[in-house]
Amino acid sequence: MILITSIIAFLGVALLFYVLFAGADFGGGILELFLGKNLRKEQRALVTRAMAPVWEANHVWLVLAIVILFMGFPSIYTTMSVSLHLPLMAVLVGIVFRGCAFTFRHYDTYGKEFFSLYSRAFALSSVWTSFFLGVLGGAMIFGRIDPRTLGFAESYVAPWLNLFCLAMGLFTVCLFAFLAAVFLTGEADTRELRAVFRRKAALANGALIVTGALVFAFAEWGGHPLTKEFFASPLSLTCFVTASILWFPFWRSLRREGRGPTLSVRVIGVAIVALVLFGWYAVQFPVAVRFADGTGLNFYTEAAPGPTLNALLVALIAGTLLIFPALGYLFKVFKWETLEQKR
Amino acid sequence: MDNLFAARSQMALSLGFHIIFASIGMAMPFFMAASHWIFLKHKDPDYRRLTQAWSKGVAIFFAVGAVSGTALSFELGLLFPGFMKHAGPIIGMPFSWEGTAFFLEAIALGLFLYGWDRLKPWVHWGSGLVVGISGVASAFFVICANAWMNSPAGFDWNGGNPINIDPWAAMFNDAAFLQGLHMTVAAFQAVGFAVAGLHSWLGLRTRHAFHLKAVKIAFTFAAVASLVQPIVGDFAAKSVARRQPIKLAAMESLFETTKSAPLLIGGIPDLETGRNRFAIELPGMLSFLAFGKFDAEVKGLNDFPREHWPPVAVVHYAFQLMVALGSLMALLSVAGLFFLWKRPEQFTRGWFPKALVGAIPLGFIAIEAGWTVTEVGRQPWIIYNVLKTADAVTPRPGVVYTLALYAFLYLFLTAVVTFLMWRQTLSLHRELREGET
Ligand code: HDD
Ligand code: HEM
Ligand code: HEM
Repeated sequence: MILITSIIAFLGVALLFYVLFAGADFGGGILELFLGKNLRKEQRALVTRAMAPVWEANHVWLVLAIVILFMGFPSIYTTMSVSLHLPLMAVLVGIVFRGCAFTFRHYDTYGKEFFSLYSRAFALSSVWTSFFLGVLGGAMIFGRIDPRTLGFAESYVAPWLNLFCLAMGLFTVCLFAFLAAVFLTGEADTRELRAVFRRKAALANGALIVTGALVFAFAEWGGHPLTKEFFASPLSLTCFVTASILWFPFWRSLRREGRGPTLSVRVIGVAIVALVLFGWYAVQFPVAVRFADGTGLNFYTEAAPGPTLNALLVALIAGTLLIFPALGYLFKVFKWETLEQKR
Repeated sequence: MDNLFAARSQMALSLGFHIIFASIGMAMPFFMAASHWIFLKHKDPDYRRLTQAWSKGVAIFFAVGAVSGTALSFELGLLFPGFMKHAGPIIGMPFSWEGTAFFLEAIALGLFLYGWDRLKPWVHWGSGLVVGISGVASAFFVICANAWMNSPAGFDWNGGNPINIDPWAAMFNDAAFLQGLHMTVAAFQAVGFAVAGLHSWLGLRTRHAFHLKAVKIAFTFAAVASLVQPIVGDFAAKSVARRQPIKLAAMESLFETTKSAPLLIGGIPDLETGRNRFAIELPGMLSFLAFGKFDAEVKGLNDFPREHWPPVAVVHYAFQLMVALGSLMALLSVAGLFFLWKRPEQFTRGWFPKALVGAIPLGFIAIEAGWTVTEVGRQPWIIYNVLKTADAVTPRPGVVYTLALYAFLYLFLTAVVTFLMWRQTLSLHRELREGET
């Protein structure tokens, strides 16, 4: 029991980091679609500079989550890779596109004729990937998966093609854009650029609330009492209330210029995103994937046998001991030292 | 096309694609580190340029390789849920270690690519080396999983369900070490020849000394690997003889159990008569190669039930192709090492640079052939003597469509990578021209 719980904790943390770090990367690309009229070049340069050294490492959290499912919860993994294969593929294709476009916008020094193509591909694939990540999350909670069907459309399409999942996709796009804007207010090195990103953070925040309402509306409309579930669980209710209270200091800091408010925008913004995610965990837990017939795959009953989980935990702990110092060093070299230089 | 066949084809297609990226991810960082080392020692700016050019290649292949690998792990679940259900808990562990190795690789690559002016030179060099070490570690871990399919260990099979699972014993199974070593050497060999050939070709066209430097580094790796490989391959064959006698019989297309069995060169196996037509026979050699004694008994196919035979001809031809290419590359390596030592001018004129250009695909063809031997030779089993491929395949319809989807995806990725590498070469050449004037 403790063993399973600690492995689930690793899974939760891996997913949290993926959403926070990779989500901010995706958001950077999404924001490029909304550059506006002012400081277009500076905005792009900022996104590039902030992402370049860390984006590959940021994406590895996803691989970690996959590995945990693969080894620790094989039936959950198998169900997802069958029923949600198309959105999973869409995510992967999006990640490749983004990676290639981003790397090459940076590296293709032979002439500028492809620059706008790369930028376009980067921005669009960021939207696309975030969207399908949201669709995946939606499909896990919504319960349209039929594990026993042998039909083609029922197997591969029906689990995720519905208004609720699409709304989840939009919501995720806004969430990531919000996260990126919040991070970038801190990375920006001029007053004007900071102002641009503060405005974007405010707009994304508005969009987040609208699409969030949409998610709940479509859930009810599709016959899924998400609102009731959300408010019935004390944990998700707490997340919701805390996040709502946090909006107030967030908006106050957002309107002010200076080191202190900028820092609190970042901290509170990240906290809000984390709370949204925790709220989702709380509604889901301990069921990983819900089925159309009302049952689902429970983490505790689907876990692999004990020796396997032991070995997985050893691998996770050893891996963490190896990875965290290395990751810390990477961020130290490229994030702190840059900030130091700016001061 | 029936589901089973489509699923197997999709697996073969995806793995055949992934292995190319994986090999590059293993070997290329070491070439890069070697060139970087020379630069740090001698300060010749060409080597800095070379290091940077190669490191960008590594970054591109890394990104696409990682994604094709992640796609593979989903495909395993999609196509062979029966395999995943049983195998996940037993051999998931090497995959989780692979995850760790991959993470380190990504971090080190970030440090290397963007660390030119930020890190101390030797720390920077070290980060490049870590990229390569993690790449090789990654490969070793997945191969442990594949070796387990050939040599299952670490569980008891209780009427269709694994019990008494021991993930460590499963990971360190009999076949793991040799398969991993053979593959690692193969990666250096294939990538070394491909890179040496490409730079040799660019050198012939541009006559720039820069490319010669690249050829020498890549060729040295390739040559050493090519000379080691036949020895490792021989060990691999001995291990197959012990673990999977039926696979060895198919590789050698040996029908009757024979003492002092001959080694065949060429030959068309005829399943009906149980003979090989048009083969050259080297008496006693197979017994020697498989067991170290000229009069050892080698088991033939007829000792096994017919429904357990793998597709004999495919395995036999693939094996012959691999060995033939391996021998060819070994010969080329001997010649090249001699030139490197006594006649360096032969690297820029005469037949040798052209031969290198011709050798670009050889290593990769040998790798694909080798994997065909391993994987097709295991059929009809997905886990040798435990679970049949047909019993593990998905019961759902429509695998043909996903097969088409993946074929399209890989075609497209190939086009993207080719385009990006072409742009790289263009800008490298412009840089070289500017360096001259
Ligand atoms: C550059 C590539 C290359 C070259 C030149 C060779 N091989 Fe190889 N071979 C591979 C690349 C490879 C591989 C792709 O890496 C395989 C597939 C699975 C594996 O572990 O290695 C393989 C498999 C493989 C197997 C099957 C192992 C198994 O099923 O467990 C045997 C018996 C050999 N090889 C033997 C040889 C011999 C005697 C060679 C003599 C020159 C040789 N190989 C050259
Ligand atoms: C024997 C064949 C294989 C070898 C040698 C191999 C090796 C590698 C290497 C070196 C990488 C790092 C990518 C890079 O540096 O470019 C990689 C990535 C990856 N491979 Fe493979 N691989 C093999 C087969 C597989 C299979 C069968 C799977 C899945 C079932 C797989 C899953 C992955 C995944 C998920 C990644 C990306 C993330 C990670 O490394 O964990 N690979 N592989
Ligand atoms: C990257 C190098 C590899 C190549 C080129 C390769 C090639 C192939 C081929 C040709 C097949 C089809 C065989 C047939 O059905 O006749 C196959 C099947 C398969 N391979 Fe591999 N393989 C590689 C590595 C691996 C690894 C590392 C794993 C395991 C983790 C793996 C797992 C499988 C599975 C599960 C199947 C399907 C079941 C079967 O046909 O036995 N392969 N592969």
